[in-house]
Amino acid sequence: MAKIIVDEKVCKGCGMCVHACPLKIIALDKSRLNAKGYHPAKLMEPEKCVGCASCATMCPDTAITVER
Amino acid sequence: MAIVFQKPSTLTDAPMHYCPGCTHGIVHRLVAQALEELGVEGKAVGVASVGCSVMCYDYFTCDMVQAPHGRAQAVATGLKRARPDNVIFTYQGDGDLAAIGTAETVHAATRGENITVIFINNAIYGMTGGQMAPTSLPGQITQTTPYGRDTNTAGYPVRVCEMLSTLSGVAFAQRVTVDNVKNVNIARKAIKKAFQNQIEGKGYSIVEVLSTCPTNWGLSPVEALKWLEDNMIPYYPLGVYKDVEEGVKK
Amino acid sequence: MKVLMKGNEALAEAAIRAGCHHFFGYPITPQTELAAYMSKRMPQVNGTYLQAESEIAAINMVLGASSAGVRAMTSSSSPGVSLKGEGISYMAGSDLPAVIINVQRGGPGLGGIQPSQADYWQATKATGHGDFQILVFAPSTVQEMVDLISHAFDTADKYRMPAMILADGMLGQMMEPVELPEEGSANLPEKEWAAKGHGGKRAHNIINSLYLTPEKLEQLVKERFERYETVKRNEQMAEEYLTEDADVVLVAYGASSRVARSAVNKAREKGLKVGLVRPITLWPFPTDALNRAASHAKNFLVVEMSMGQMVDDVKLAIDCKVPVHFYGRTGGMIPTPADVLAQIEALL
Repeated sequence: MAKIIVDEKVCKGCGMCVHACPLKIIALDKSRLNAKGYHPAKLMEPEKCVGCASCATMCPDTAITVER
Repeated sequence: MAIVFQKPSTLTDAPMHYCPGCTHGIVHRLVAQALEELGVEGKAVGVASVGCSVMCYDYFTCDMVQAPHGRAQAVATGLKRARPDNVIFTYQGDGDLAAIGTAETVHAATRGENITVIFINNAIYGMTGGQMAPTSLPGQITQTTPYGRDTNTAGYPVRVCEMLSTLSGVAFAQRVTVDNVKNVNIARKAIKKAFQNQIEGKGYSIVEVLSTCPTNWGLSPVEALKWLEDNMIPYYPLGVYKDVEEGVKK
Repeated sequence: MKVLMKGNEALAEAAIRAGCHHFFGYPITPQTELAAYMSKRMPQVNGTYLQAESEIAAINMVLGASSAGVRAMTSSSSPGVSLKGEGISYMAGSDLPAVIINVQRGGPGLGGIQPSQADYWQATKATGHGDFQILVFAPSTVQEMVDLISHAFDTADKYRMPAMILADGMLGQMMEPVELPEEGSANLPEKEWAAKGHGGKRAHNIINSLYLTPEKLEQLVKERFERYETVKRNEQMAEEYLTEDADVVLVAYGASSRVARSAVNKAREKGLKVGLVRPITLWPFPTDALNRAASHAKNFLVVEMSMGQMVDDVKLAIDCKVPVHFYGRTGGMIPTPADVLAQIEALL
């Protein structure tokens, strides 16, 4: 049981979390733009998340909180 | 469920102004985590240098001083000599530390000034729009080396850790990077150690962090990580260049 | 109890007694004895003496120490002060107090090492880039060096701005008897704004001169200039010597004022009505004292060890109500009282 919470207002859609996720279950949400004009990161398959925090470790904007 | 990763309390809520994928943000977090874990935020004073990271005074919750370009370690020297019990760190880019501030860097190091230096080496001037840095690689194309850095005319990149590790005042010098999770964790430990050394009075400690500048390198954030791995790490080998266990102060 | 001291050493001892326990310097003639004295005395008071790698580093160490809320000082001579200009501008832009001593020598360039007053423009108009002023004090005796140091620290702290003691090689090198203030007599103000670690008790303090929003920067500069107006109203200092009935009023500061005073005395012996206005603050410029003299004088004669850098300020101060003449030597040359007297006689 684990999940990530993306603070969308600070996400810059850089994709570093997408690249870092070992399970490849994070993607940039191309259907939405945040107030900064970026496609925010989104956990696409929440049930698969193990809470390894790789995404959060690589996020330059500390936009990701991880629970496990 | 418990929170296993969150923003450290030592970072403010101000959104960082850095470009998407810029690794300054990661290093900021590592510095903030060190201050938090060591419990020294209340007596820490950071010195912001001129360059992209100049506004880091808005991001760290400790007291902050903004230094003139290149002078961060002189300012840090003044802060530390005035209040030796405080924990003083500088956060500097390559232009600041290794070009305009070379004298201040070398002499703070050789004095064994008991401060912590966080050095961001991204091989380019970011804030002014991508000019050649003292650490730009041979052949690297920048705004001011449009045909690639020609070592015959522009000279060779400065290897800061190697240079400083020859000085007796340096207690600790390590080069790290933040291109993947494993390396971020190594960088985290190195930065924490550089602060711990100061608390223990060991003397000058520097951590050089190989970093990316996707915007001025003209690459995506993920491509920039790859460029760093393929080009910077071979020229700037990672590792501990100096670690004087007993410190340099008698 | 009076002691015989060299100007440079008296400046140093007086600074320590004014509560300055942090000195950062770099060797240069003719201020060298000041730093050497500090290197001897600071360890005795548990203070910091640090020989920096350059004048640039030294002023930035002062910036750092001042940011931490302590009294800090640096000293240099003309070419070195040029290098300090950057740090002085940043301190002005960050509202940081400090004391900078310039024991002037001849310029420009490497110039010479003999006494000069050719840094007047630099001190009063443009120690560095940007819209700002610093306090500038011009002692004319070793005792006044002592007295002005603590006043400079107090005033710098009060208005949160850098202060300069503009001396010269003659004052720095001469010996005179001085009365020093008691050790530990300085009244050091609490500095809530300092970056000394918040201890979890307040929000973080930021010492900064960067403002990318032009509206904000303009507002801050304007506020600073309002403070400067207060300084101009309250902090002018000048000595008026035999000016009440003077037909010719000399205007001179520092070492050249000593020559001017001798010339006034010689003129008085001859029955000539001559006086002296001696600016002690060069910024703020002592317009009040000059205007009092201008109300009855027929001629002003500015005497300097420069090519006349102060003349324009005198003219502006008195709105050109009286003709302002100039006599000076430069390059390390010192005018003699006889030279000045000849100039006075030519005006009468």
